[in-house]
Amino acid sequence: MPVTSSDTMEIRTSDDIVRVRQKVRDLAVGIGLGLVDQTKIVTAASEIARNTLDYGGGGTARVEVIEEGFRRGVRVTFEDEGPGIADVTRAMQDGFTTGGGLGLGLSGAKRLSNEFSIQSAVGVGTRIMIARWKSG
Amino acid sequence: MDRIPILKMGSALLVTIQVDMQDRLAMALEEDLTTRIAQTGARGVLIDISSLEIVDSFIGRMLDSIAAVSRLLDARTVVVGMRPAVAITLVELGLTLTGVATALDVERGMALLGERIAGAEGFDAGDIL
Amino acid sequence: MASPDQARFAALLAADRDRILAAWIGALKAAGTVGQGRITAMEMETQAREMLGHLVAAIGEAGFDAKAPAYGRLRDGLAEISRTRAMQGFSPSETAAFVFSLKRPLHEAIARAEGLDPAAAAEIGVEASVLVDQFGLLTVEAYQKRREEVIIRQQREIAELSTPVVKLWDGVLALPLIGTLDSERTQVVMENLLQSIVDHSAEIAIIDITGVPTVDTLVAQHLLKTVAAARLMGADCIISGIRPQIAQTMVHLGVELNVVSKATLADAFAVALRRIGRTVVPARPAASAQG
Repeated sequence: MPVTSSDTMEIRTSDDIVRVRQKVRDLAVGIGLGLVDQTKIVTAASEIARNTLDYGGGGTARVEVIEEGFRRGVRVTFEDEGPGIADVTRAMQDGFTTGGGLGLGLSGAKRLSNEFSIQSAVGVGTRIMIARWKSG
Repeated sequence: MDRIPILKMGSALLVTIQVDMQDRLAMALEEDLTTRIAQTGARGVLIDISSLEIVDSFIGRMLDSIAAVSRLLDARTVVVGMRPAVAITLVELGLTLTGVATALDVERGMALLGERIAGAEGFDAGDIL
Repeated sequence: MASPDQARFAALLAADRDRILAAWIGALKAAGTVGQGRITAMEMETQAREMLGHLVAAIGEAGFDAKAPAYGRLRDGLAEISRTRAMQGFSPSETAAFVFSLKRPLHEAIARAEGLDPAAAAEIGVEASVLVDQFGLLTVEAYQKRREEVIIRQQREIAELSTPVVKLWDGVLALPLIGTLDSERTQVVMENLLQSIVDHSAEIAIIDITGVPTVDTLVAQHLLKTVAAARLMGADCIISGIRPQIAQTMVHLGVELNVVSKATLADAFAVALRRIGRTVVPARPAASAQG
């Protein structure tokens, strides 16, 4: 899948979450995503970025514009080298939390994205990809 | 660190959130509001989020807990001006903020606070706000 | 890069251009794609001449590598022609025939070519065929894309047309839904309604589903989401016109529409008026007003 723009950002503090949000918003506006779609992908990115910070102990976010055939989209890939998630299936359920939150982060971000994938290994880290396509 | 200003209008506190809030700023706001409600004996809190382009679960949770804490301190909270795209996204995210009262704009929010406070006290709304 | 054989072939093609063009146009006319009021022989000839020019230039520069930048003008030109064909009402095969009709004239030109050894000629013949096939596919794809664009635009227009948000009173909106609700349409409906709530500063929105034949779990969920989103913005929704069968289906599906629901739009409007502090009273008869 062709990638037409790619930026990798550090996630070390909660200021970085704001920066990731702004970057994702810029790219989403750039490819002409509608306002609701922009808001969805920015919110999803915010959720995962906070997970990366809070549970992964920080990491990176790679923010990209991708192309497939005639459509374009925004893809964000988060990587951390934190403790990892032991039971990914369970972590994806609404209400699952280890951090005292509402447990909507992962499942909510998935609902807000057109594409979502997660790989995690205990003691190695977690990688989460979200993407939203411009329809039509 | 920057803090979000809290204005006092009659017996209500008014907060307008105008920046893409960083998490610590949100937590500071929750603390400041709690302190101010206790100090001033405010009966209502109005939070205007019409400038916010996104509300994620963190901010959503903050709004929920401000409402819950205010309730314990005998103050009502109204969140006003949520944008359509933000509302759709929040619902999709799974947050419906059932504990938070809402209104379209500041004017209606103030009216709603007036009614609620008056309702609770048996006053005429005009006496309070 | 073009090989020496390919470069020689390109030069031969350039010299033989008029004959190839004549044969191509002959084939196009025989295929019956000219005339019928859609495209004139003249236009067709202009297009063919231009594309042949691009092709010969590209072979000379890049051989038979259809992805090479040298083929850019040919690709763009063919894509544009195909898009126009889609608008002019040509069928996909007629559109593809434009390119495929060039195959035979090209092979004839290879057969006529002097100064190419038979092995090189055979190789060039194969490569030319592959090239024509690739561009044939490109035209079909461009044609298809244009059609899809039209369909998407129409879907959007239908979705917008079929979801008018009407103002019933100051602060009261109604959204009469008609027809089947799919996920995409419901999204448009939802966004329209919520934006209208802001535009009209409406406190109450009535979603009337009298004209919706069926409501499945997904649609019910969408309705609920709309109601929840409106509430977050500070507006209340009332759902009206749930047909008896739909009510039954929903109960059987285990969908609970936990919202204010009224039998008819009129009932819902009455509730809305009460909420905003209005009542409807009979007008005083004219006679008593005077006396």
